[in-house]
Amino acid sequence: MKNLVTERYPIAFRLYPYAKSPDQDADTPIRHKVIVAGAGPIGLATALDLGRRGIPVLLLDDTEGVGLGSRAICFAKRTLEICDRLGAGEAMVEKGVQWNVGKVFHDDRLLYEFNLLPEGGHGFPAFINLQQPWFERFLHDALVKAQAAGAPIEVRGRNRVDAVCRRDDHVELEVMTPDGPYNLEADWLVACDGARSPIRSMLGLGFDGRVFEDNFLIADVKMNADFPTERWFWFEPHFKSGDSALLHKQPDDIWRIDFQLGWNIDRAKELEPDNIRARVSAMLGPDVEYELDWCSIYTFQCRRMEKFRHGPVIFAGDSAHQVSPFGARGANSGVQDADNLAWKLALVVQGVAPDSLLDSYDLERVYGADENIANSTRATDFITPKSPISKLFRNSVLSLAEKLPFARTLVNSGRLSLPCTYDGSPLNGPDDKDLPVLARPGSPCPDAPVDGGWLLKRLGGEFTLLAIDAEIPETFSAHGIALKTLWLSADENRPLAERYLGKAATAVYLIRPDQHVAARWQAFDAAATAEALARALAKE
Amino acid sequence: MLETKANFSRPDETYALLIKSHEGLTEAESHAMNARLILILMNHIGDHATIAEALALARNTVEKHP
Repeated sequence: MKNLVTERYPIAFRLYPYAKSPDQDADTPIRHKVIVAGAGPIGLATALDLGRRGIPVLLLDDTEGVGLGSRAICFAKRTLEICDRLGAGEAMVEKGVQWNVGKVFHDDRLLYEFNLLPEGGHGFPAFINLQQPWFERFLHDALVKAQAAGAPIEVRGRNRVDAVCRRDDHVELEVMTPDGPYNLEADWLVACDGARSPIRSMLGLGFDGRVFEDNFLIADVKMNADFPTERWFWFEPHFKSGDSALLHKQPDDIWRIDFQLGWNIDRAKELEPDNIRARVSAMLGPDVEYELDWCSIYTFQCRRMEKFRHGPVIFAGDSAHQVSPFGARGANSGVQDADNLAWKLALVVQGVAPDSLLDSYDLERVYGADENIANSTRATDFITPKSPISKLFRNSVLSLAEKLPFARTLVNSGRLSLPCTYDGSPLNGPDDKDLPVLARPGSPCPDAPVDGGWLLKRLGGEFTLLAIDAEIPETFSAHGIALKTLWLSADENRPLAERYLGKAATAVYLIRPDQHVAARWQAFDAAATAEALARALAKE
Repeated sequence: MLETKANFSRPDETYALLIKSHEGLTEAESHAMNARLILILMNHIGDHATIAEALALARNTVEKHP
């Protein structure tokens, strides 16, 4: 007899208390279309996206709500745009903290400060700081709203997946509950069960890459003091806390401090409140009053699964890939996984697209994961040089950066997560070289102001034919899909002209349901559009 | 494209200046100065492919042969 479901961590918001399901008394296991395992940010986004597309989805989680602790705190623009499509973006921005000024210190010297001066003409900021529990809560709020509007999503708390058996065309699961175990079947299983993914282990799948021998101490402190809303990063801080330290503002007067502690540490000792307070006081100075809100120690790896798709089992988020914390690429890239997967899985379930469309999820998101791992590994190697010469160059960069702005471009304390452009994806159709490179096939559509609103809000989540000062038919259907059509003029709209026309006078874009460009031309051509659509559906 | 043909305007003077600029430095200080010099010159070149060619060329001259 296995243990009944114990809570692995304290709960911040109890959102989906356990309730017995009729499935638990069924004589034979009930078959579901899609089961998503794990209601973290990626599982919530995946279930929400699928449900909004009308796909019946069952979301299982071994707890009853959102775990305590800030954890992922930095959410990038693309993530907010995706969450906005799912109905949660605006609440996140309202609660989140925006910042533009950053300061970089070496030892006890302020080297320089920078102002990010975000590019105008986008609906969402470059990023916000928001504690992960709030991020998840807003997704769950949107999920509840979607359910009320008829989205076929069911969430079962304290339902822990204990065994998984992969068949050719479905998956069998054994699920533990406070009332004991029961069995389920699913046509598709999406494993969003985190970096230690039990499902990955149950299927005996590897998780290869580079382990960095380092520990980070996170201290969330509450300060009412008038501390500026800025990001402060220390290399080799004078308060002797390993290789780096980071101070970040979160909502509710909470400040996030990350201390890099090194490898050989005594975890229990480092987590004693007195020892944490000694570090925090050394950093903030003797006169600053604060309370400890939440503390944790974590380690990280940079690694990924070889493949994210294994027949009817698909991995998304940390279960598929893990990166260092520098650059906020964990949750942000996971949300892009969900964004990439949901429309594809929906079309396959509906029989509109062939099963092979899901192989493009694997291809595109493995590409994205490699980009994230490369970026975060570079940041890690800059922050923690691995050889004497590497350290000499790093400190030379820092020393030059104090006086010479060119050297600041080399200072790498994490490159903020930017959305992945799927260059070379088999789903990409024709390009036109006169159109701007930033909106080439594979790119996420750049936002632009449109009629007092925003382009991405107008695009939504369907295959769309976007015409800019070009003629297109009012309706266009091919391969079982009726394209949404959108006609806009770039007259007196410079951001739209710069981002979508470039040197051309007119443009026609075929846009995927995840708002990535599939193909583009200067003028509409029915045959070419149908062909590009077939390609984007993996029907070619 | 990396320039590997002779390109100095005043080779002897330039070389003498390189040596003189290290005068009075400890070995560690000289290494630190060289690192900064490399970064400054790399920024002047800017182009990634050219820098990659220069790095490969320099590396090949110190690589131990089996």
